[in-house]
Amino acid sequence: MSVMQRLSDALAQTDGSVAIASAGWVIPTVQAIHIVAIAIVMSATAMLNLRLAGFIGQDSSVRRLANSSLPWLWWALPVLLATGLVMILGEPARELTNAYFWSKMAMVLLAIALTMVLQRLLDDCPYREMAPAKRRATRAISLLSLAVWLAIVFCGRWIAYS
Amino acid sequence: MALHESLAWLEAQPFATAIAESGWLFPTIEFVHVVALTLVVGSIAMLDLRLLGVSRKDYGVLELAAQTLPWTWGAFAVALCSGVLMFASAATSYADNMPFRIKLILLALAGINMAIFHVTAYRTAHRWNHQLPTPLAARIAGTLSLTFWIGVIFFGRWIGFVG
Repeated sequence: MSVMQRLSDALAQTDGSVAIASAGWVIPTVQAIHIVAIAIVMSATAMLNLRLAGFIGQDSSVRRLANSSLPWLWWALPVLLATGLVMILGEPARELTNAYFWSKMAMVLLAIALTMVLQRLLDDCPYREMAPAKRRATRAISLLSLAVWLAIVFCGRWIAYS
Repeated sequence: MALHESLAWLEAQPFATAIAESGWLFPTIEFVHVVALTLVVGSIAMLDLRLLGVSRKDYGVLELAAQTLPWTWGAFAVALCSGVLMFASAATSYADNMPFRIKLILLALAGINMAIFHVTAYRTAHRWNHQLPTPLAARIAGTLSLTFWIGVIFFGRWIGFVG
């Protein structure tokens, strides 16, 4: 038996796990809160990344958009973590023994790292004053970041089907 | 009953049976639906929170609306199409599903709330574009909108948990 299978079995026997699993309303409620938080992340990141990649809103300020979007993104992450932990505790094997789940976790770390890099680039120098090479790098990271967030949602949904 | 027969007919269409029988079509359409609905609700929430005077106060209401509404409508079109495809794959059981029915009612309420806002307070938005606190009518519209859309997400998620 794999380590994750043993961990799942052990978690499933805890009082918390039993309580969550036996109350039918907890998992759907927590999943709904998880989706509301994803809505905040996806809308903020889609608008900012497509702006940085040069597809939309060329006449609007990147700094203003970043300042209004990124705090929401950072505050949604702890909500996603907390609701995610409740889901893991309630149905440990569904997540911990699932390849989509672990792919998703790896990509969440990558997305956070890319967002931090973008934030650092924008803090260092206003977008319109960037040298062409740095601007191209910012665009590339933006598109990669958006692709990773989409892949996270994809894996998140496919956890339920594998 | 006519409605039930129409739904049974829809469910029997080749595209609907293909979605129902395929192992990957439904989850893939569902993924598209989730991305679209997060953009719908996220972009609407940005404007609602601005109407409540909670966030993005450096944006005028009209400016923020111009920035978010294309996202809202574009994503709504995608959510609607993907939603219709999923519905068609099991139309008769979705029609009997209570969370699904409640979700449709909440969608209608969200639409009515938006329509009322647009023909009332929003018409004079150029006058309170930067004013804080925002007019009571705008705060009521924002609160109702957030409530209805969060409700849409809750009952939407619940559809899969009810047999």
